[in-house]
Amino acid sequence: MRVTINGKSEQVPAGTIEQLVRQRGLKPEALVVEHNQRIVRQAQWAQVRLQEGDILELLRFVGGG
Amino acid sequence: MNDEVLIIGGRTFSNRLFTGTGKFADNRLIAGMLASSGSQMITVALRRVDLSAGGDNILDHIPKTVTLLPNTSGARTAGEAVRIARIAREAGCGDFIKIEVITDTKYLMPDNYETLQATEILAKEGFVVLPYVLPDLPLAKRLENAGAAAVMPLGAPIGSNRGLETASLIALLVENCHVPVVVDAGIGRPSHAAAAMEMGADAVLVNTAIATAQDPVAMGRAFSLAVAAGRMAFLAHMAETSALARASSPLTGFLNAVENECHSTRP
Repeated sequence: MRVTINGKSEQVPAGTIEQLVRQRGLKPEALVVEHNQRIVRQAQWAQVRLQEGDILELLRFVGGG
Repeated sequence: MNDEVLIIGGRTFSNRLFTGTGKFADNRLIAGMLASSGSQMITVALRRVDLSAGGDNILDHIPKTVTLLPNTSGARTAGEAVRIARIAREAGCGDFIKIEVITDTKYLMPDNYETLQATEILAKEGFVVLPYVLPDLPLAKRLENAGAAAVMPLGAPIGSNRGLETASLIALLVENCHVPVVVDAGIGRPSHAAAAMEMGADAVLVNTAIATAQDPVAMGRAFSLAVAAGRMAFLAHMAETSALARASSPLTGFLNAVENECHSTRP
């Protein structure tokens, strides 16, 4: 299944946001997930199944002025 | 001397130095800098995760007692700023947002027009909006009317460390704004920060000058002292300046003076 992650089209296995985060080895506590322009809070990651063509933004806070 | 605490978005700030998390050689210095300076508000930015690298969580270096001020850096339009602000709030970083909309990559000048539009939208959504702007009095009044919690005029271009190049324009904001005026960007030295506070600015935001100092922890303290000194001087009402000298010691009763001698002829 193809989805867009951070502006890049990628092949990912079917599953939930939580599974994707785990597969990518991302630290959940520092991660902000936007799914089709909607923020998905961490508590909901396991309930949201990815669909073909979904657009994901995986964000985090960094240093800035 | 009594000073009223600074209130922004319902939160009180006894320390008028706001800081930033950008450009630290090591993010572990941020906690030390916050402790040494006593700064109670600090900016952070939101970026895409680098999927190929792990990475440090900047929020781990900021005590919970410090107010987070996420910025909308990277936004080129009001719409992008609004989107970033909503993401930051949903991410649990609170209601404070520094609106930073930049379309000019050479001087990094804030786009006042887009910033006003974003302020109008976000203030209605209950955000505590701190817009970063060029110091423009009519615009500042519009921001105030739109519900901005403060206005943040720049002293000089971001990261330039050139100080208060816009001082006379900032003075108009200080004189006429009802919301706090926080001088942001360009402050390169503690003396610049003190000067902004002497002018009556309510606070200053300093990032680069602290983060890129050889010792950011000590520099944070230096800025904090300068801000406190400048604030105290403002409250104490500074003495007037004069073109000519005015002796500090009495000009009468000299030891060797002859009665009726004219003081001005004394060598």
